[in-house]
Amino acid sequence: MYREFKSIRDIVGPLIFVEGVSDARLGELVEIDYGHKVGLGTVLETSSEYALVQSFESPQGLSPKVGKVRFRGKNLKIELSEELLGRALNGLGQPIDGAPLPPGEEERDINGGVINPFSRDYPTDFIQTGISAIDGLNPLVRGQKLPIFSGSGLPHQRIAAQIARQATVRGVQEPFAVVFAAMGITFEEASFFINVFEETGALSRAVLLINLANDPPIERIMTPRIALTIAEFLAFEKDMHVLVILTDMTYYCEALREVSAARREVPGRRGYPGYMYTDLATIYERAGRIKGKKGSITQIPILTMPEDDKTHPIPDLTGYITEGQIVLSRELHRKGIYPPIDILPSLSRLKEKGIGEGKTRKDHSPLSNQLFSAYARGIEARELLVVLGEAALTDVDKAYVKFAEEFEKSFISQGEYESRSIEQTLDIGWNLLRILPESEIKRIPPDILNEFFNSDKSEN
Amino acid sequence: MRSNEVVVGSIKRVSGPLVVAEGLSGAKMFDLVKVGDEGLVGEIIEMRSELAFIQVYETTDGLKPGDKVVSTGKPLSVELGPGLLGTIYDGVERPLKSLEEKWGHFIIRGAEAPALDRKKKWHFMPKVKPGDEVEPGDIIGEVQETINFVHRIMIPPNAPSGVVEEIYEGGFSVEETICVIRTKGGEKFEVKMLQEWPVRIPRPFKSKLMPSEPLVCGQRVIDTFFPLVKGGTACIPGPFGSGKTVTQHQLAKWSNSDIVVFVGCGERGNEMTDVLLEFPTLEDPYTGRPLMERTVLIANTSNMPVAAREASIYTGIAIAEYFRDMGYDVTLQADSTSRWAEALREISGRLEEMPGEEGYPAYLTSRLAAFYERAGVVQCLGKPERKGSITAIGSVSPPGGDLSEPVVQATLRVVKVFWALEDRLAYERHFPAINWLNSYSLYLNRVASYYDREVASDFSELIKEGMSILQKEDELKEIVRLVGIEALSGEERILLETARSIREDFLQQNAFHSVDSFTSLKKQYLMLKNIISFYRYAVEEFRHGLDLETILNSPVRVEISRMKFVPESEIETLEKIEESIRSNFKRK
Repeated sequence: MYREFKSIRDIVGPLIFVEGVSDARLGELVEIDYGHKVGLGTVLETSSEYALVQSFESPQGLSPKVGKVRFRGKNLKIELSEELLGRALNGLGQPIDGAPLPPGEEERDINGGVINPFSRDYPTDFIQTGISAIDGLNPLVRGQKLPIFSGSGLPHQRIAAQIARQATVRGVQEPFAVVFAAMGITFEEASFFINVFEETGALSRAVLLINLANDPPIERIMTPRIALTIAEFLAFEKDMHVLVILTDMTYYCEALREVSAARREVPGRRGYPGYMYTDLATIYERAGRIKGKKGSITQIPILTMPEDDKTHPIPDLTGYITEGQIVLSRELHRKGIYPPIDILPSLSRLKEKGIGEGKTRKDHSPLSNQLFSAYARGIEARELLVVLGEAALTDVDKAYVKFAEEFEKSFISQGEYESRSIEQTLDIGWNLLRILPESEIKRIPPDILNEFFNSDKSEN
Repeated sequence: MRSNEVVVGSIKRVSGPLVVAEGLSGAKMFDLVKVGDEGLVGEIIEMRSELAFIQVYETTDGLKPGDKVVSTGKPLSVELGPGLLGTIYDGVERPLKSLEEKWGHFIIRGAEAPALDRKKKWHFMPKVKPGDEVEPGDIIGEVQETINFVHRIMIPPNAPSGVVEEIYEGGFSVEETICVIRTKGGEKFEVKMLQEWPVRIPRPFKSKLMPSEPLVCGQRVIDTFFPLVKGGTACIPGPFGSGKTVTQHQLAKWSNSDIVVFVGCGERGNEMTDVLLEFPTLEDPYTGRPLMERTVLIANTSNMPVAAREASIYTGIAIAEYFRDMGYDVTLQADSTSRWAEALREISGRLEEMPGEEGYPAYLTSRLAAFYERAGVVQCLGKPERKGSITAIGSVSPPGGDLSEPVVQATLRVVKVFWALEDRLAYERHFPAINWLNSYSLYLNRVASYYDREVASDFSELIKEGMSILQKEDELKEIVRLVGIEALSGEERILLETARSIREDFLQQNAFHSVDSFTSLKKQYLMLKNIISFYRYAVEEFRHGLDLETILNSPVRVEISRMKFVPESEIETLEKIEESIRSNFKRK
């Protein structure tokens, strides 16, 4: 099914229009022969008269006269095996560490399938990341997709690395793996992650897919799909708990926009294509657990919000698909607080089923609600304090201001190498609540209040 | 009836979910087609000279020009009959459980499975006898589908009328004949429990009626301040993270409808799983049976094909109409209609139509309006006389939470209830994050008389007073922001505290707390009454010289703040709180 054509008509950005092709399959893998080298691409649109091919690299040096296009008769597939652990690949899944690809146990289409919602198992295993702002308030569970919304210059990589380093499911030792997909990030950023994996000995359990800032942008559209195809194989065939880190989704979306613009599609908001929601969903929805399978895929996509704007289409559409978000705050970062997690807009949608008695502790859910609302009120009071001065505040408001300060200092803030147990995190929370009068503690059912608030045991 | 002619053509062009085929000029608009060797399901949405434009409900990867396209001659239809309840379907009514049994954990393209189990026998009890005259819509018998649900078997709306010749009691599968009718023309017509209906055509009824009865859902902010009626329409717009889905789930769990059709339209896979795992374990507060027994789920998750998303809400409403026609109250919930609109936009873009606002097609408004208009209370077709209703609740996910975008605006033009979810409230963990100042319900007046009659004579008065306290609070807060709390009089400070109490002790409701999750109307009334009684006594006593601090620190306020945790079975303790308020303020 190898067909070769010399009939390139147009070359527009990454798109190549080939005439006279009457049987190209949608999504078919294409070799683009420049004469002096060969690149890859895929069929975006097909008709009985032409095929529209998307090249993964810049078509610099391609001439309609000399260039040839070969249709391979199959979609982009990847050979999968456990031997991929410990390897480094480029954004198209080709090895860049000098060794050849291991022989695959099976070959899979990188687009994956749709998990039947009926076959999904609801994620309920609490992952202790050791970070209070996450564990206490926005807990991560196995099989969740929880992105980090960051901005340029904020320490999202350090936080992601800390999660990768510290994350454990309490009381169990099970095979795990990390799939790391770098899209458009710098060499320095990528090396930072690789060093972290090396330090913790996770490198031999990691598959690295590296598409750096100077690698072909269109290649990035394939990178997360390859990463997740590997992850699905490891999770659902090899029973591993796979953590997938995708960084940076912003560059992925920009590559998508580039292709859309070249096709002259009607643009949606800010020039991003109207189907970006669906496209992102085909990536993010590949997290989860399946009934009867031991493994799981937990996704932590990282994206930098342009101008820290949460309503920008990239974070906006992401937030509508993912199961919550961890939002970083420039203000906290300036105050010198690490990790600068802005807990109010942060959210974990799966927390209710992952915490509580038997999972973490029975006070976890009401306590976190109370901390959230107390901190929100504290911030409001602090703003009043700035505008009107201390005299304008009631005693209760003053207590809230103090609470907010202490909360940022001792609950949110912690060391980059400090891993707190969930009990420690919750106890810090209770200690902080004692700053407030008891009548203000409205979110906690009476029995739990009696047991935890009124007892003097504090382990900190 | 339409002729069901099969026409075969071939693919000319493939672009995303859109396939252009030639040789289908004998086919009709909206005919169902099977595309390629795998027989991917699609629908003809445009015909230009020799070409048919087809939206395909499955991924089109791997299709190529020349592949065959077969038009079935039938429109996209749903199967209706016993066995719908408790089932989860995809956007074109393929049962996901059967797909799993046949094909495994991932959905395979071209997979086919009948929507209703063909083997299962249902016990059919006739309600008419030979010799009776019947016409379309008539109930001819019943099947006890679940312990509490009687599935009424009707003559299909598109069947002829005639005289019952034979009718059988006993166990039948949905495809077996249960009744034979002799038409006026002397022909025999066999009635089966299985009916088919094209999803894009509303099922007929006798007449439409004004809705008046409240749809009680146990959510205090909704029932008390922004109520919905059976047969009404509502929308829930809000940015991500503001709790649209939890609110939808709460409505699906606790509303006093007979049947809930829940369409997960372009949302998260895990959310559907959550419903699937949780609903069978939850009790319907009205019947005590598992909630799943009154629920039909339609799942088109965000990574499922976009064209099936466009179809999913029609599949949902056609099923809802079928239950309505039996004389039941049905709630149809769509989460989220924005994803449906985006699917419309994507297909429209591929058809190279002239875009309207923000790229949405010009017909977005009329399609949305036509969808919501399929809700309502109706006098059903056929005998015996009966009423049924469909309440439609759609969530909207506006980009960036911007309510001025086209889908929200088009929706607001047709729906009568608007629950404005706000991220600011969600950040404070004020849930449900429904903004009490921006939301509205045009049914409030109609429901008020019902409340006064059925719950307590002063309920609607309390609702008005509660709302006016909340509105006053907003004005006072502005003053506090400018000049500080000192500028307020004592009475104003009591009002502020009361408003806070309404917000925290009444409006806030924890969906995940076993007691707080659902509040009966009676309890809602008592809770609101206690809060407002406290306010009235407090103002009264303040005027008589009682010190402000003493009032605000009254121990009874702790009792008020814990009312939400009082179980329905101990509701009388709430009645005693008013007594405590009175004694609290007894002048010494």
